[in-house]
Amino acid sequence: MANILVYALHYNGAINKNSLGAVSEGAKLAAQLGGEAHAILVGEGVPQDLAASLGRYGASKVLVAEGPEGLAQPVIDAMGKAITDGGYSYAIFGGGLLGFEIGAGLAARLSAGVAMEVTGVRAEGGKLIAERPILGDSAISEINYRSPVGIVIGRLNAFEIKESGASAAAVEQLSFELSPQAQQASMVTRGEQRGADVDIEGASILVAGGRGLGKPEGFELCESLAGAFGNNAAVAATRAVVDAGWYPYAAQIGQTGKTVSPKLYLAAGISGAIQHKVGMQSSENIVAINKDANAPIFEFSDLGIVGDLNKILPKLTEAIKAKKG
Amino acid sequence: MKICVLVKEVPDAAVEKRIDPSTGRMDRSGEKNLNPYDTHAIEAAMQIREGGAVPVEEIVAVTMGPESAVRALHKAVSLGADRSVHLTDAALAGSDVAATGYALAQTLQREKPDLVLLGQQSDDGECYTIGAVVAEHLGMPSLTQVIKMDVESGSLRCERQAEYGYDTVNVALPAVISVGDAINEPRYPSLKAIMGAKKKPLDTLSVGDAGIDAGKVGGDNSAAQWVAVKAPPQKAAGTIIEDEDTDETVEKIVAWLDERKLL
Ligand SMILES: Cc1cc2nc3c(=O)[nH]c(=O)nc-3n(C[C@H](O)[C@H](O)[C@H](O)COP(=O)(O)OP(=O)(O)OC[C@H]3O[C@@H](n4cnc5c(N)ncnc54)[C@H](O)[C@@H]3O)c2cc1C
Ligand SMILES: Nc1ncnc2c1ncn2[C@@H]1O[C@H](COP(=O)(O)O)[C@@H](O)[C@H]1O
Repeated sequence: MANILVYALHYNGAINKNSLGAVSEGAKLAAQLGGEAHAILVGEGVPQDLAASLGRYGASKVLVAEGPEGLAQPVIDAMGKAITDGGYSYAIFGGGLLGFEIGAGLAARLSAGVAMEVTGVRAEGGKLIAERPILGDSAISEINYRSPVGIVIGRLNAFEIKESGASAAAVEQLSFELSPQAQQASMVTRGEQRGADVDIEGASILVAGGRGLGKPEGFELCESLAGAFGNNAAVAATRAVVDAGWYPYAAQIGQTGKTVSPKLYLAAGISGAIQHKVGMQSSENIVAINKDANAPIFEFSDLGIVGDLNKILPKLTEAIKAKKG
Repeated sequence: MKICVLVKEVPDAAVEKRIDPSTGRMDRSGEKNLNPYDTHAIEAAMQIREGGAVPVEEIVAVTMGPESAVRALHKAVSLGADRSVHLTDAALAGSDVAATGYALAQTLQREKPDLVLLGQQSDDGECYTIGAVVAEHLGMPSLTQVIKMDVESGSLRCERQAEYGYDTVNVALPAVISVGDAINEPRYPSLKAIMGAKKKPLDTLSVGDAGIDAGKVGGDNSAAQWVAVKAPPQKAAGTIIEDEDTDETVEKIVAWLDERKLL
């Protein structure tokens, strides 16, 4: 028998989608191992019904710990305590950012093996084996855990959200002590939305721009092209250009941004880093314009154009306008 | 303030990375370079020193790796580090993230830094996690992906993008901070700095020197064991157009879009 503890990230009264996927995956795997999946929420005054709702995704018990939100160290403290007391064999995290920080810190605290960017997990001989793509997704390695506790940090959107049909989970309060290092960090402001509040999730065509646009004004090329496609098109961006302040955060695709699957995703000056790819790889048609023939984005494009976007985008905009009349 | 910067030697981005089929591990032969993400960490240390908000006594570059990794240290020194520490030992080969982080933490312990800086990811390992492991072993708080860092006396005000937008976090020192590549534009080393790099002090440590328990490091002692490598599901290769005549290229794109009823 092996029980699994799943970390559930929550914000503003809602559980993170990737955490719901992780709970669903944990429940499936726990059943295969003959154990149970439990979830843990750390926060300030976490509502009981929010915690209990994880039962629908297969958690038979949910631990709620009172502690600061949005920082890794308090969660490492809470999960460390829960795992030491509760005899869990595995801890699972959905994709995102905090899961990486918590999972790695927890591995150090518990001398546990850790696998990150995991795209699949299977139970074999009473143990879990994690699959992790490496070398820019050109190969997949399999990871076995040799420690009493194994830690799985999923890739964004790797685990499917599944309602198990079960009802509310039992909720239990977990008391734990904050480590000295946890008390060294404090949140000043959380979840600041930088730039305009644009909507890209409703668009069926996305023209996405990256660092290859060269300067903030480069986005005008993307906006003109989106304009030519019509009102079902919008402009999206990579983290590199959002961090640089060239485009609003609300338009960012990827690991710490939005996940989209439009009919057409046209990427201009985007290298195709894994953290970007995970947010757009299920688009129906992917077109990429990049001057570097070796850019990773060409590995997963349906149509790739090796060339200078400054030459191609303006002409493409004109041609589409002409075609649409 | 004393700053330690973790740096790593990685295969040059222009060289194709591959797995050695005989060991299942990454083939680390071929051209090597300082991990480009680490140059942002060194630059961040230099900007703290030059910013003058707090005096910086020393910037020390630290790496764990084979003999050749000394070149990454030379590069780090040419970019501004005052001296460097090289942890190198056959017993460390094949260490997983948890073991690497433990070994680096033991090495850092000797230095007693106020701040440990590192890059957001290694170009070859891409684990994004060494910082969190090191911090836990040192009993320090850790933050990753930091793109803005203001130093006040005894603390840092850090900004980074997380799941729900940008967070601003106050961190009391000592701390471990991994910086994102948007934090700064690393400088180029001067010719003089490159020439002088080999003359700066370099400590070479073995596992024993650093007080590392040899039973906790190396491939055979790592808790996460890589068992097999397989190929990912093949996606049908896309069409590639080399842009030679842009009018023609655009015509082809429009035809492609039209065929798929995307216009
Ligand atoms: C934990 C974590 C989370 C992350 N989350 C995200 C996320 O949510 N979203 C995200 O996007 N990234 C994310 N990243 C960052 C990601 O790893 C990449 O750094 C980022 O996606 C790169 O953005 P880019 O493609 O715009 O820039 P670059 O990688 O710099 O690529 C620019 C491309 O433009 C091309 N180019 C340059 N000039 C031209 C020209 N004139 N014409 C045509 N092409 C040109 C270049 O050849 C290059 O390929 C995250 C990273 C980490 C570690
Ligand atoms: N062997 C190593 N020696 C020193 N620093 C390392 C080593 N491996 C990783 N790092 C540091 O950890 C950061 C993140 O690496 P990773 O977790 O492998 O993606 C890198 O940018 C380096 O700063």
